[in-house]
Amino acid sequence: MSLALAFLAQTLRIAVPYLFAAAGGVLAERAGIISLTLEGFMLGGAFSAMLGSYWSGSPWIGALCGIAGGVALALLHAVSTIRFKADQVVSGIAINLLAVGLTRYFLKLVFDSSSNSLRVAGFSAGTSTGSLIGGLLHNPLIPFGLLIIPVVAWLLYRTPFGLRVRAVGEHPEAATTVGVSVKRVRYVAVALSGALAALGGAYLALDQHQFTDGMSAGRGFIALAAIIFGRWDPVRAGIACLFFAAAETLQIQLQGMQAIPSQFVQMIPYVLTIVALVGLVGRAMPPAALGRE
Amino acid sequence: MSDLDATAMREENPSTVSETMVIVRSRDVRNRVIEAVLPPLVALLVSIVVGDLLILAVGQSPGAVYRLMLEGTWGNAYGFGQVLYKTTTLICTGLAVSVGLRAGLFNIGAEGQLAAGGMAAALVGLALPVGTTAVIAVPLGVLGALAAGGAVGFVPGALRANWGAHEVITTIMLNFIVLAFLSWLVSAHLRVPETLHTPPIHAGALPRLSVLWNGFHGSAANGSILIELCAALILGWYLFRTRGGFELRAVGLQPDAAENAGINVGRTWIRALTLSGALAGLGGINFVLGYERYYEEGFATGAGFLGIAVALVGRSNPLGVVLAALFFATLSQGGLAINALVPKQMVDALQGVVILAMAASVPEVRRLLAQARGKR
Amino acid sequence: MSGMMSGARSTAPIVRLTGIAKRFGDCHAVRDASLEVAAGEIHALVGENGAGKSTLMRILAGISPPDAGTIEVGGRDVTGWTTAQAIDASVGMVHQHFMLVPTLTIAENVILGREPMRGLAIDFARAEREVTAAAEKSGFRMNVRQLVRELSVGEQQRVEILKTLVRGARILILDEPTAVLSPPEVEELWRVLRALRDEGGTIILITHKLDEVAEISDTITVVREGRTVARFPTAGTSPASIARAMVGRDVVLAGDATIARRDERVVALAPALDVRHLVVSGEQRQRAVNDVSFTIQPREILGIAGVEGNGQSALIEAIAGLRSVESGEIFLDAADVTSMPVSDREERGLAHIPEDRHRRGLVLDYSIADNLILGRQRSYQRRGGMLDRTRILADARAAIAVADIRPSDPMMPARALSGGNQQKVVIARALARETRVLLAAQPTRGVDVGAIELIHARLRAARDSGAAILLVSAELSEILALSDRVAVMYGGRIVAIVPRSVASEEMLGPLMTGASA
Repeated sequence: MSLALAFLAQTLRIAVPYLFAAAGGVLAERAGIISLTLEGFMLGGAFSAMLGSYWSGSPWIGALCGIAGGVALALLHAVSTIRFKADQVVSGIAINLLAVGLTRYFLKLVFDSSSNSLRVAGFSAGTSTGSLIGGLLHNPLIPFGLLIIPVVAWLLYRTPFGLRVRAVGEHPEAATTVGVSVKRVRYVAVALSGALAALGGAYLALDQHQFTDGMSAGRGFIALAAIIFGRWDPVRAGIACLFFAAAETLQIQLQGMQAIPSQFVQMIPYVLTIVALVGLVGRAMPPAALGRE
Repeated sequence: MSDLDATAMREENPSTVSETMVIVRSRDVRNRVIEAVLPPLVALLVSIVVGDLLILAVGQSPGAVYRLMLEGTWGNAYGFGQVLYKTTTLICTGLAVSVGLRAGLFNIGAEGQLAAGGMAAALVGLALPVGTTAVIAVPLGVLGALAAGGAVGFVPGALRANWGAHEVITTIMLNFIVLAFLSWLVSAHLRVPETLHTPPIHAGALPRLSVLWNGFHGSAANGSILIELCAALILGWYLFRTRGGFELRAVGLQPDAAENAGINVGRTWIRALTLSGALAGLGGINFVLGYERYYEEGFATGAGFLGIAVALVGRSNPLGVVLAALFFATLSQGGLAINALVPKQMVDALQGVVILAMAASVPEVRRLLAQARGKR
Repeated sequence: MSGMMSGARSTAPIVRLTGIAKRFGDCHAVRDASLEVAAGEIHALVGENGAGKSTLMRILAGISPPDAGTIEVGGRDVTGWTTAQAIDASVGMVHQHFMLVPTLTIAENVILGREPMRGLAIDFARAEREVTAAAEKSGFRMNVRQLVRELSVGEQQRVEILKTLVRGARILILDEPTAVLSPPEVEELWRVLRALRDEGGTIILITHKLDEVAEISDTITVVREGRTVARFPTAGTSPASIARAMVGRDVVLAGDATIARRDERVVALAPALDVRHLVVSGEQRQRAVNDVSFTIQPREILGIAGVEGNGQSALIEAIAGLRSVESGEIFLDAADVTSMPVSDREERGLAHIPEDRHRRGLVLDYSIADNLILGRQRSYQRRGGMLDRTRILADARAAIAVADIRPSDPMMPARALSGGNQQKVVIARALARETRVLLAAQPTRGVDVGAIELIHARLRAARDSGAAILLVSAELSEILALSDRVAVMYGGRIVAIVPRSVASEEMLGPLMTGASA
C-alpha cells in the first residue's frame, strides 16, 4: 500500500513540470504557434527562478522571476514569428539554443561554473516521508501544477479568450473578420505558454535548490509529445503527462532489477507520439492554422 | 522609357518587350541575389551587436575579444585545423538539413542520424580484421555511415508520405529514440568499462591532415573533410543538374504542381529525407574514422541544431553551406580562444541569435523587396 | 422590383467611397473606385472575375485599409477603420469563402468577438438562447450546438448572415453569395435579403451573374479593372449594356456565338475517355461525384456546365489521378486507368489544365523553360541522370514563339508573368506531347481578354487534331462557344447531356440550378 502511495507521489512530482509545460504549450499551439520552444522556456525559467531566489533569498520571488524569464523568451519568440513572420520552427529552435547559451553564459558569469549554481532557497520536497498529501503540499508548486490543467481547460473552453484562441488557431481570417485581433491573441497565448513552461522549469530549480546546465533535459519535448498524444486537448494532454511520468517512475523504481533497459523506458513518450501521429490511437489532427501566418 | 515596370510593359507596350527584357531580367536577378545574401548579413550584424553587449557586460573590449577570436582560429595552424575539423561535421549536417528544405521538409533529426552514422562506421571498423588497409576499410565505413543515417532518415520520410505524420515532430521524436537506442547499445554491449565509448578500431582509418602538413600537428582535422567537400559538390550537381534534383526541388516549391506533373510526391519526400539522413550520417566518419577511432556517446550533441543554422545561413545552397559551416565552426572554436576574457559560453548564445535574426530577416527582406517592386 | 429607387436616391447616400486605390505587391487590385449606395436599397456591384469588387468591399468592411481615397458611412469619414469599428457601425460582410471556424459550434461562431459574459466566463446558455432566437427571427432553423464543419454550404451561409445580423448589421455586404447555392437555397436567400431591405437595411451584392442582378437589385455599379466605370438603375437597363460596361467592349452574349457544327458528325468511334459510374468522396465524406458516367470521342469537346462546387473539380481531379476514386472506372482509349498514377496516365496521352494554376499548374519559382518541361523531365534526361539544358532551352524558345508567351525570355520565372501568359505556359505544356484526352478546367479564369481568344483557338485546334477534351467552366458562354456536347452537373451528378445544337442558356440554366429536366 505504502509502496503504491510512494509510486503515486513520485509520479505526481515528476509530472509537475510536464503538466506546466504542456498546459502552456496547448494554449500556444491552439492559437497556431508551434511549441518547440517549451524546452527553452523551461530552461530559461529554471535559471531565472534560481537567480531570483539566489538574490532575494525567497523561493516565491524566485518563481516570479522564473515566470518573468519565460515570458521574456516567449515575447522574443512572439515578436520574431508574429511581427517578423519568421518560420515558427526555425525561431523555436533559435529560442532553445538561445536559452541554452544565455543560461550557460550567465551561469559562468555569476557563479563561475560551467555545470551548476550555488545552493539557493527552494521549496523542499520532503522525500516521501509522512503522508502523501503532506509530502506533496510541501512544495506549493506541486498543487499549482496539478491544478493548472483544469484551469487551462476552463480558460480554453469557457472564456472569451479561450474561444478566440481556438478560432485564431483554426481559421485566423475568420477571427479577423469579426474584429478579433489575431496578433494580440497570439501574443498573449505565447506569453502564457512562456510563463507556464517557465514555472515548470522553476519547479525543477527550486526543487533541487540549484540550477544545473541543461537541467530541462528534454522535458519540454516530452511535454510537446504529451500535447500531440493528447490531441491538443488540455485534459488529455495532462493525462498523457501523468502517464509519461508514471513510466519514468516505474523505470526509476525498477532500476536495480534490470528488467527493461532504462533507455527503452525513456523512448516511450516519443514512440507513442509517433504512433499517435500515424493514427493508430485516434488520429492526432493539429489545429488547422498551426505554423501558418 | 522612364517607367520600367514589367507589368506595364507587358500589357501596354508589347513591341518593346524584347528591348526591355534584359532590364527586367537583370533586375530580377539582382533581387534574387539581395534576397539570398541580405538576411545572412543582417544576422551577422545583429549577432555582432549582441556579442558586443555580452562582451561589454563582463567589462572587456569587443575589439580585443574579436581579435583574440581571429588569432585563435585563423591565426595559427592548430586553431585553423580545429576549425576545419568542426567545419567537416557541420558541412554534413548542414547539407542534410538543406536537402530536406529543398524538398520542403524540415529535418530536425540530423543529430540522431549523425550519431547513427558514427556508430555504423565504428561497427564496420570493429568488424573488420585488425590491420585491414584503409583503402578497403574507409569506403566500407563510409557506406555504413551513409546506410545507417539514411535508414534513420527514411523513417520520417515514410511516415510523412504514407500517414501524413509531420516530419518536424517525427524527426525530433526519432532523435530521442535513436540516441536512447545507441546509448543502450554502448552501455549494454560495446562499452569499454568506465567510459562511454566503444573499443578503438584497429582497421585502417582516415589520416589526420597533420600527415600532409606538420603545422596541423595536434589538431583533429583529418581526411574526411575532402570526402565531405565531395559530398557538397555531388549534392549541388544532383540538385541543380539532374532530373532527380529537378523533381525534388519542384516538390519542395509546389507539391501540388509537382503531383499534377506526374511526380510521385510521397516517394520524393522519402528520397529526400533518406538522402538527408545519409548525408548527416556521413558526418559520423569525421569523429569515428578521422579523429578518435571509436564511437563515443555525445559526439554528435548539438551538431543537428547547428546544421539547421548552417543550412539557413547557407540558404540551402551547397556552396553557401560550406561557407556557413566554416563560419559557425570558427565561432565555436573562437569561443575556446576567448575564454580567458569572456566566458566561451557566449558563442552558444550567439548561435541562437544568428538563427533568430536569420529567421526574422528572411521574410522581412522578401516583404521589403516586394514593396520596393510595387512602388516602382 | 426597383420601386425603391427614386425614393432612395433623394436621401444622402449611406455609403460613399471616393477615389479608392489598393495595391498588393505588383498588382493594382483597385485603381480609382467610387461608389454611392443609398440607404434601403439592394445595390449590385458587378464585374468580371478579378475586377476588384471583393477588394473594394473588404476595404469598406475595414478588413484592409485603402492606399488612397476616403470612406464615408452615414455621412461620417471612417477611412482606414478597423473591422471592429465597421461592425460597431453596423457594417457586416458575408465573404465568398466563408469566414467560419469549422471546429466551433454555430453559437460559438456567431458570438466570437462579442461574447456574452457571466463573471469571467462566457455565458453559453444566454449565447445559445440569443443565437437561436435570432435564427428563428430570420426564418433559419438550426441547432446552434452543431459544429460548423457538419453543415452544408447553404447552412454555413445562413450562419454567416446570422453572424452579421446578430452584430446588428444594417449595411450587409455579400460576396458572390450564390456561387455555392442550389436554386431553392438561392430563392431562400433572395427572400431573406428582400425582407432585410424592406425593414430598412442596405445590401451590397457582389456578383458577376447578370440574371441575379436583374432579379434582385435596385441599382448597379460596374467595376472593371479596378475602376468603377458605370452606374445604372436596374429598371430599364438591358443586360447587354451592363455586359458592355463590364468588359469594356461589345460582347456577344453567350448562346448565339458559335454554331454547333460537329454533333451530327460524331460517329460511333471508340471513345477516347470513358467514365463509368464514378463515385468520388469530397472533403467531408459526402459524395462529391456521385455515379457519373459519360464518354468523349476523339475530336470532340464535352463541356460541363454547372454552378461551381457541384463536383466538377473532384471529377476532373479523379480523372487526372490526383484524387482517389471510391468506385467506378475510368478508361483511356479502352485501357483501365482508374488506379494508375498520374505519370502513367500522362504517358497514355492524358493532359490536364488545372483550375488553380498557381497551386497546381506552375512551379512559380521555376523558369518558363523549366515549367514547360515539368512532367516530361524524363524525356530530357541524358545518361547519368543529367538534364539536357541545351535542348530544354531550344524547345522552350520554340514553344514560347508558338504560344506567344510574353516576355519571351525562357529563363524568366513564371511568377513574373501575367495571368494570361502563365496560362499560356500551362496550356503549351499540356499540349506539348501528343494529347489523346485533355482535361481543361476553367481554362480562361483570371485571364485577360486577348489571351482568352488565343486559348480558345488552341483548344479548338487540339480538338481538330484528334484530342478528346473535357471542358469545365463556370462561364456558360465559354461552354457554349467551345463544346460539341454539353453536360450539366448538379449535386455531384450529371443531370443531362445534350448536343450543342440543342443547348442554350435558357435550357441549361434551370438544369444547372437543380430544376428537373
